[in-house]
Order: sequence, then structure tokens, then C-alpha cells
Amino acid sequence: MLSNHKYIAFETIVIKEVRRFTRIWLQTLVPPAITISLYFVIFGNLVGRRIGDMGGFNYMEFIIPGLIMMAVIQNSYSNVVSSFFSHKFQRSVEELLVSPVPNVIILSGFVVGGMVRGLLVGGIVTVMSLFFIDLEIQHPLVTLSVVLLTALVFSLAGFINALFANSFDDISIIPTFVLTPLIYLGGVFYSSSLLPEFWRSVSALNPIFYMVNTFRYGFLGVSDVPVVGAFVILLGFAVVLFSACLLLLNRGTGLRS
Amino acid sequence: MTTAIAIDNLTKTYANGLQALKGISLEVQQGDFFALLGPNGAGKSTTIGILSTLVNKSGGGVEIFGKNVDAHVYETKLDLGVVPQEINFSQFEKVRDIVMTQAGYYGMPRQLAAERCEKYLRKLGLWEKRYERSRTLSGGMKRRLMIARALVHEPRLLILDEPTAGVDIELRRSMWEFLTELNEAGTTIILTTHYLEEAEQLCRNIAIIDHGRIVENTSMRALLAALDKQTYIVELAAPIRALPDWGDAPLSAEFIDEHSFEITVDARLTMSDLFKLFLLHSVEVSALRSKSNRLEQLFLSRLDGARGGDEHVVQP
Ligand SMILES: Nc1ncnc2c1ncn2[C@@H]1O[C@H](COP(=O)(O)OP(=O)(O)OP(=O)(O)O)[C@@H](O)[C@H]1O
Ligand SMILES: [Mg+2]
Repeated sequence: MLSNHKYIAFETIVIKEVRRFTRIWLQTLVPPAITISLYFVIFGNLVGRRIGDMGGFNYMEFIIPGLIMMAVIQNSYSNVVSSFFSHKFQRSVEELLVSPVPNVIILSGFVVGGMVRGLLVGGIVTVMSLFFIDLEIQHPLVTLSVVLLTALVFSLAGFINALFANSFDDISIIPTFVLTPLIYLGGVFYSSSLLPEFWRSVSALNPIFYMVNTFRYGFLGVSDVPVVGAFVILLGFAVVLFSACLLLLNRGTGLRS
Repeated sequence: MTTAIAIDNLTKTYANGLQALKGISLEVQQGDFFALLGPNGAGKSTTIGILSTLVNKSGGGVEIFGKNVDAHVYETKLDLGVVPQEINFSQFEKVRDIVMTQAGYYGMPRQLAAERCEKYLRKLGLWEKRYERSRTLSGGMKRRLMIARALVHEPRLLILDEPTAGVDIELRRSMWEFLTELNEAGTTIILTTHYLEEAEQLCRNIAIIDHGRIVENTSMRALLAALDKQTYIVELAAPIRALPDWGDAPLSAEFIDEHSFEITVDARLTMSDLFKLFLLHSVEVSALRSKSNRLEQLFLSRLDGARGGDEHVVQP
């Protein structure tokens, strides 16, 4: 395929993906906004006042970066997993498979679609948080790159989930039993300095812990983890997952009988 | 003459161990209108699946316009348009969007895509429906939508897997016309169908596949010429008790009831000879009708021959 043809194919997939989640905005954009504002009100405002400071900041300031990150993770993942699985389920994925679109373009198209939704919801949550506090961003470049990488990693993870999924159950098992616990234990609501030694080292095995902390560093300038190390881990995840997706696509896993 | 498709000793064993193709070889020439026939489960869709890369083959090779499909993935896909047996577009999308998206996958610029989209949606009578969601289309419209989608990149080879299943007679005829036109304009067409008169009308060459093997591969003309017997149902104007003794006439007959019987006649016997015989034996005929389509008979005899004649899929 010529490179301008590839670009058209890529653009086609991305536009289709963005259209899909904006068409069903009531299911895709509104619920995360509502959930996160409930967190703001309950944890930030009501309970937060009693908690006092966390990691040297008031509790609201402390949790907002984590909540934004939570929205990005959940939405990039669920966009790719539900969109790609529904293509499989309705067999419309065959439209792509019979066409000359290279696998790397198929993957990139869906992943960028997921990233756009993740970042859009992240943006909505960020704007809503401005009603509660004045956000200041200490390191904009760190903030931006960590949120992009996170959206990329979870879009890729969603893609793998969709490839292996055979039923609608299969696309909710991982988010419920793996993703949600990892997010809640990933330091969104507390500083790891509160944890006993043992649980602190367990947290160090959780990739989301690094994402949340690095993102928080971007906003507040403090982090429980070394920022450079966190980037290395994130990049490593992105590379490994991207290669895995490509390998599975080339093999036709879950797609070609 | 260029070969549009060359299939060489193709085999497929599915993950569950089922051997769907047991080494089929087949050639279809450029410009041909080719019928791939066979009973349910014969392996037609599996073969088409391999040609369109939706099914991984277990062995053998496929060339499309002289290019190996494994070595030239992109070029061979550009030459190929496929209309699958089962509906495979998103039910939530609009008719025009489905065709436009497919054009995008082939790297077509929007302007060109829009022109082609209009051209084929009009030809297939779907232009009025372009802004409708695809799930609101009737079954026949859905099939036509898949044809428009398969043609948007104007492939040299079009493969249709039962395109007229569940399509009414009028529409089927207009689809035949459309496909004939397309073929006359140069597109090679391969189609599977269970309507044998459709194959007889449209196709120049055929292959019959059964249990994953090719049991017949010849021209339609040669196949029909090989047809040496014809069976009729004879309706009687005056009832009879028993069949007359036909002597050594080249035919066999079977009593149905006192108002009708079935007669299988050798092709050497002309219609006038047959009626002379009826006259001779005082058989008063009120109507004579063909028991089955000629090709149907042949088809069944070929399958029976290949299976040793003892296997019937549906028990009476
Ligand atoms: N994905 C699959 N996994 C396992 N077996 C399969 C699969 N797809 C088809 N088969 C089997 O392969 C054989 C050939 O099926 P195929 O769909 O190619 O038949 P067909 O000739 O198209 O039949 P029909 O006229 O009913 O469409 C059948 O026995 C079928 O059950
Ligand atoms: Mg079939």
C-alpha cells in the first residue's frame, strides 16, 4: 500500500472511532464526568476536610491528578476493548481484514481512537475540577507526556483484551477484576508514605502507581517515585504491548479461523 | 489468457479437527463467470474465506492474477472484492458511511470515494436509503449493500457467496442483469449458489465441490451436454390401472397413482417419439412437466457418483 493510501486508511479508522464514541456520548462521555464529580464532592470536599493534608497538600489538590488519571485509564481502555470487540461480534472487522490495510495501521487507528477518548474525558474532568480548586501545573511537559503514554498503554491493553474476548463477559472481566483494583491501589487516594513497608513494596509492582505519581508530580511537583524511572517503565510497557498486539494481529489470533 | 485465480492443492483443517478442504485445485480464467456449487457444508465458504484471507489455510497455494497471496498481500487484496454469505457490516451505521468507510480502507481519497459510492449505491438501488441505518434495510437490500461495498474499489475479481439467497425473483433477475453487465465490462466473477438455474443462466464454467473435494470441473455447456436423461411427470386425462408395457423403448416409468406417472426418458428419444408411444398405448396425456431442473438432476447424480450413491444427508 502506498503511504498516502495508508494515511487515508488510518484517518478513516480514527474518524470512525471518534464518531462512534461521540455518537453515543451519553454512554461514553457523561458517566465518567458524573462519577468523577461525585468523587470531587464526596472525597474532596466533604470527607477531605476531615482528612486534612496529604503529602503536604490539601486532600482535594492531592487526589485531583489521580482522578484525572483514573478517567484517562478507564476510558482509553474501555473505548478500544468495546469498539474492537463489537467489530468482531458484528463481523464488521472483516471489512478491515479483507482490505489491504496493514496490521500496524489497524492497530494504530484503534489505539489513537482510544487515546482521543481517554484524553477527552481526562480534559472534561480537568475542566470540572476547576470548579473546586485552582489547578496549577508545575511541569506541563511531564504532565502531558505521562498522560499520553498512559492513554497509549491502556488503549493497547484494551486491544489485546478485545482480541482474546469471545463474549461480552470477557470484555468486562479484566476491567472489573484487574483494572479497577490496580487503580484504587495505585495511590489515587493516598500517599504511599502512609502505607506500611510491606504494602509499599507491593505498590511498587503496580504500573498504575507510577503513572499516577508521575502525573501528580507534573501538577504538584512531588512524587512518591523517581520520575525518570517511571517514564522508563511506561515506555517499556508501551513497547511491549504494541509489539504483542502486532504479533497477535499478524497471527490472526481471535480474528482468522 | 490470464489466470484470475489458481488454487493448488488447497487444504484446510479447522481448529476443532474438521477437515473442510481435502486438497482442491482449481483455475478460473480472467473474464470468466464461474460457479462454485456444492451442498451445505461442502467447503465453498471455506475456500472463499481462504481467498479473502479470513481463513488461514492449512496447506497448498493460491495465486490471484499470477501473484501469490502470501507474498503479495496488498496487491492481491486490491484485485479482490468479496460479498460474504453472512451479513458482516455494522448494524448501527448508515448505508453510505459503510461504503465510504470501506473506500477509506482501500486508501481512496474522499472525492473519488464519494463518486464511486454514489455510482454503486445508485446501480444497486440503494441511493434513496443512503442515510438510513443499515439494520433498517430489508434482507435483499442488505445483500445489495454488501455488493456495493465490495465494488467500491472496482476490483478485477468479484467473489459472491450466495448473493441471491433470500432475494425475491424480480430482484434476483435484476441482480443477474447487473452481474452480467459487470462481467461483460471485464470483471471476473465467481459465485456460489444453491439455485442451479442461476448458475445455468449466468455461468460459463463450473466446479462442484463436495466434502472438501472437487467432484466436477468443466464448462456449463459440456456439463449440460452430458445430461442424457430427463424425467417428467405425466398427468393423465383418463385414469389408468397399470402402466403399459413399453417394449424396448429407451425409457423407464413408475406408477404414481391412476392419474399420473413418472417417466425417465433417454435423450435420444424425441418428444414426438414419446407422444407417438403414448398414442400407441392409448395413454391420454393432459399435461407433462419436468420433474426437476436439468442441472439439478445432474448435480445430484454427480454427488451420488462421488459418494458411491449410498449417502443421503436428510433421511426421509
Ligand atoms: N470456523 C469453523 N470452525 C470449524 N468448522 C468450520 C468452521 N467454518 C466452517 N466449518 C466447517 O467446515 C465445513 C465447510 O463449511 P463451509 O462453510 O465452507 O461450507 P459451504 O460449502 O459454504 O456450505 P453452505 O452451502 O452451507 O454455506 C462444514 O462442515 C463446517 O461445519
Ligand atoms: Mg457457505
